[in-house]
Amino acid sequence: MNRQSRFIMSMLVFGYSFLFVPLILVVVYSFNDSSIATIWGGFSTRWYGELFRNEQILSAAYLSLRIAITSATAATVLGTMAGLVLARFGRFKGRTLFSGMITAPMVMPEVITGLSLLLLFVTLQQLTGWPGQRGFSTIAIAHTTFSMAYVAIIVQSRLIAMDESLEEAAMDLGGKPLQVVFDITLPLIAPAMIAGWLLSFTLSLDDLVIASFVSGPGSSTLPMYIFSKVKLGVSPDINALATLIIVVVSLGVAIAWIVARKSTKA
Amino acid sequence: MKNFIHLKGVGKNFGDFVAVDDVDLTVAQGELFCILGGSGCGKTTLLRMLAGFEIPTTGTIEIDGVDITQQPPYDRPVNMMFQSFALFPHMSVARNIAYGLRKEGVTKPEISKRVDAMLELVQLADFGKRKPEQLSGGQRQRVALARALIKRPKVLLLDEPLAALDKKLRERTQFELINIQYELGITFIVVTHDQEEAMTLATRIAVMDKGRFQQVGTPKEVYEFPSNKFVANFIGTINTFDGIVTKVLDDQIEVYSDEAGTSLRALGKQLVEVSQKIEIAVRPEKIFISKEKPKDSDDVCIQGTVDDLGYLGNRSLYRIRLESGKIVQVSSQNRRRSITRFLEWEDNVWISWRASSAVILLD
Repeated sequence: MNRQSRFIMSMLVFGYSFLFVPLILVVVYSFNDSSIATIWGGFSTRWYGELFRNEQILSAAYLSLRIAITSATAATVLGTMAGLVLARFGRFKGRTLFSGMITAPMVMPEVITGLSLLLLFVTLQQLTGWPGQRGFSTIAIAHTTFSMAYVAIIVQSRLIAMDESLEEAAMDLGGKPLQVVFDITLPLIAPAMIAGWLLSFTLSLDDLVIASFVSGPGSSTLPMYIFSKVKLGVSPDINALATLIIVVVSLGVAIAWIVARKSTKA
Repeated sequence: MKNFIHLKGVGKNFGDFVAVDDVDLTVAQGELFCILGGSGCGKTTLLRMLAGFEIPTTGTIEIDGVDITQQPPYDRPVNMMFQSFALFPHMSVARNIAYGLRKEGVTKPEISKRVDAMLELVQLADFGKRKPEQLSGGQRQRVALARALIKRPKVLLLDEPLAALDKKLRERTQFELINIQYELGITFIVVTHDQEEAMTLATRIAVMDKGRFQQVGTPKEVYEFPSNKFVANFIGTINTFDGIVTKVLDDQIEVYSDEAGTSLRALGKQLVEVSQKIEIAVRPEKIFISKEKPKDSDDVCIQGTVDDLGYLGNRSLYRIRLESGKIVQVSSQNRRRSITRFLEWEDNVWISWRASSAVILLD
């Protein structure tokens, strides 16, 4: 091994360690028997058992999943429509304003997004009586707002790369505009939509700041719960929880990757 | 000749830009009509108006006696073959071809029968299950053609049909296109920037520039009798001489040209007057080149020297410098087989052409 390749190897090892050592530590310590999270006390799976007996964690995780699925789905529908409008409808009045507003949540500090949404919900409640209590629906709406931006950008760039004459050809062959969308456009942007959904799902799952602003009493998402627990010191069942989340997310990404690869091949 | 396609005063503006300007055109059934022009001349806009992707700002379009000006693309009896071929990448070749019939609501057995027949016609019988990405350029072109033909349109529009193919394939495909067109009797409208393509394919050519038709005629008419300077220069190469009319006779005119250093004659019916400024144009292959002064006194004869020459195998190109400094291009067939050159650089030569070969260009 010459000097240069040794340098490259060490940089590679350093890079991967930087990314993965913290995660590996979490996984390892989730099997720690000791009740002090930072001291190794032998192998055990008892924290997993604890975890599934902890009602608070389970309800927080369930709420987070429901919010993530709802907001990712809503964001994919709305973001795809926005991306279609931006990429296919040419110049219309207010297009610049529209595209600016779509991307604004991406660059807006989360604190400001959270605060402004909170103000919006409070005002709405005073005017219409809805939302009576902040929780699932307000967090889902807030998450949809900012993840929609990502979906719109992904779908739009996919559409721009796609030959517009494909849709024209379908229309030329007798496809009415709505049929063309379902026959040609949607199948071709499906990978972008799946990617957008997954990204929205993850963004929603690990959002802490915005959720903290717009949630109400008794509705804590998983990140909110973990954060409040960690403030009192790291407890070992959090490690178990984190390990489960890592497994779920990795599985999800792997499945999405396989699906995307099959859809381009088949 | 029946007016199968009829354009009346068709124009299209994009904001202030006039893409197509007041075009009138009639095309007969079964014609293979070419619209030829450089980029930005409005030919693609015209084709897109026929397909229904653009609505004309002015004028009407009729096909087979029906006004289709406002019809959307999916209702028109017209299909189009796109320059990029626009094959649906997520569908097999057979499903690509079947798409038009499926939208028409044709029954399944009928669809598969017609798709098989179409695959046979374009010689892709075994390729139905493949995806477009597994095909070569020439095969894709034929799938695109099959897909556009399967609905038996009254008119087939082809946007630069051969531009994406390499040269050898292009020559073969040209004749295949003509054969298919002849077999099916469908009216073809081809848009191209390639004059050779237009010449070999078309029964008639419209030469387009700045949104207008400069000339409409058979390939021969457009090449041999160009109606103005643009057409003369756009199609093939041509030598032009500025001159002033000195004599107007019954069937011909005499023009004195400083550039040629002599009087030129041309047969002409055009209305010209004595002392009018005009141009006389001659195609390179209509000019004879010789070392001795030709005997036939009826021909136009000018002396010059060989400025440059090029050997192209079947023919040679010469650039002859006249006394005025004017360069004249001459193309001559290499009829004799010989290893030595017939002419060398700086040889003194005579160039000559018949008065009937000269074209009078007014503007």
